Amino acid sequence: MSFEAAYSGLGRLDRLSYRDTVVHRLDPRAKVVATMLFAVAVVSFPRYEVLSLLPLFLFPVLIAALGDIPAGFIAKKVVAVSPFAVFIGMFNPLFDSAAVAIAPGVSVSAGWISFASILVKFALTISAALLLIATTSFPGICRGLRRLGLPALFVSQLLFLYRYLFVLIEEAMRVVRARDMRSFGNRGAGMRVFVRIVGTLFLRTVERAERIYGAMLARGFRGEIPSMRRETLRPSDAVFMLAAGGFFVLCRLVPVPQTIGRLLGGLAG
Amino acid sequence: MSHHLLEFKDVRFRYPDGTEALKGITFLITHGESVGIVGANGAGKSTLLLHMNGHLLPTSGAVTVGEVPLLKETRPEIRRKVGVVFQNPDDQLFMPTVFDDVAFGPLNLGLPPDRVRERVHEALRQVGALALSDKPPHHLSGGEKSAVAIATVIAMEPDILVMDEPAASLDPKSRRSVIGLLNSFHHSKIVASHDLDLILDVCARCLVIRDGAIVADGRAAEILSDATLLAENNLELPLTLQGRPAREGPRR
Repeated sequence: MSFEAAYSGLGRLDRLSYRDTVVHRLDPRAKVVATMLFAVAVVSFPRYEVLSLLPLFLFPVLIAALGDIPAGFIAKKVVAVSPFAVFIGMFNPLFDSAAVAIAPGVSVSAGWISFASILVKFALTISAALLLIATTSFPGICRGLRRLGLPALFVSQLLFLYRYLFVLIEEAMRVVRARDMRSFGNRGAGMRVFVRIVGTLFLRTVERAERIYGAMLARGFRGEIPSMRRETLRPSDAVFMLAAGGFFVLCRLVPVPQTIGRLLGGLAG
Repeated sequence: MSHHLLEFKDVRFRYPDGTEALKGITFLITHGESVGIVGANGAGKSTLLLHMNGHLLPTSGAVTVGEVPLLKETRPEIRRKVGVVFQNPDDQLFMPTVFDDVAFGPLNLGLPPDRVRERVHEALRQVGALALSDKPPHHLSGGEKSAVAIATVIAMEPDILVMDEPAASLDPKSRRSVIGLLNSFHHSKIVASHDLDLILDVCARCLVIRDGAIVADGRAAEILSDATLLAENNLELPLTLQGRPAREGPRR
């Protein structure tokens, strides 16, 4: 994936977060809390669990549907970061070779099952995190985290990361374009030039940081970024959090697919 | 009103690397004056501006704003009186939305939320950027960024407005609207720029800086029509004073 394509993907995620849907209108805190609960619920499943995790996909699917977020776009992003999860789990099938029966007459090594479990958990948590960002403006998430008690310094760092990410990427893009324009064939001598470009960008960033800090001081900055938004949680936010939380607990405590299977079996029998 | 005075008395400044950037600058700017600062690249304009709100402190000499001498301890007070709009709006706009950015200064002044909202509204209205209130700065055009950068400073209601190249890299229409905007302020104004037409349109008085010293100080109309003085300072006559017929084509 080229640099510019990656940038436009990021910009798209950002633009999605400024839409106006039921999900976008929820209080950022409610969404942050629900997403965290979701992540905790997912990772708390035992490592050989695959089937019981599947009902949890309902959460990201619902958020994407109600938030009018294109599922394909999110799926592509999940696949793009999937190598991390693959590397973490790829040796499980080799080291954990005890045989387990998964269906009458079919058995695989336990490692394959834990590998599958890792991939499912990964897909669940990453898609939920991406959807949180796609349905909540980044400043909203930061305000939510601050109101939930995250230290001010940390939140300021996140805000600056968001504000200057785009500026930095555009600057890098200009430098890369200038290099490409004057390098023929062997892409501007590769690594050595690349290292220098990174160095230049770093120096420019430091200088910019100084100018920004100057501008902040000029407007009376004294250590904390003030905010005047006073959002209050509405009943709909509470309902959302409770429903989501209840659903996660249900999925965690009751093996939903097996139960449904037994119920259906009961009806048939 | 004496609190709108800005006085430099024999101000000298030496950067830590030994470069002497200001070599004895003396001037007095009184209430409501509009002053342009021009000079070649590296003449010391930016260094001079950075002294006006105490970003840099003079190595020797004195800067006084109103009755307050510029010292390390008085910097917060000076910064309330002197608003500086920096050249690059991306450095000036650091908050996630336009509204938050304009509110940053007033909130730091400790104003109650209602007053802050009023000031933000008024500042954005003055620069014609009310509609941008909820946008993130990285989605704005260059002209919009400049307008908002000016709003962030006027929201603090400074006595003196200082601007470094307010119209650099703007398209002609945006530049024109920035000029209109500057003319609508009745603050004391100090504008450093290479855009001599802008200085001519906005400022009544003009200072010329060369090698860290003032080489001319007088009426803008006179100084900016002195072709020899301008040429000595790597400048040239403002285009409006060049009297060049429209069809002449490139000169050789």
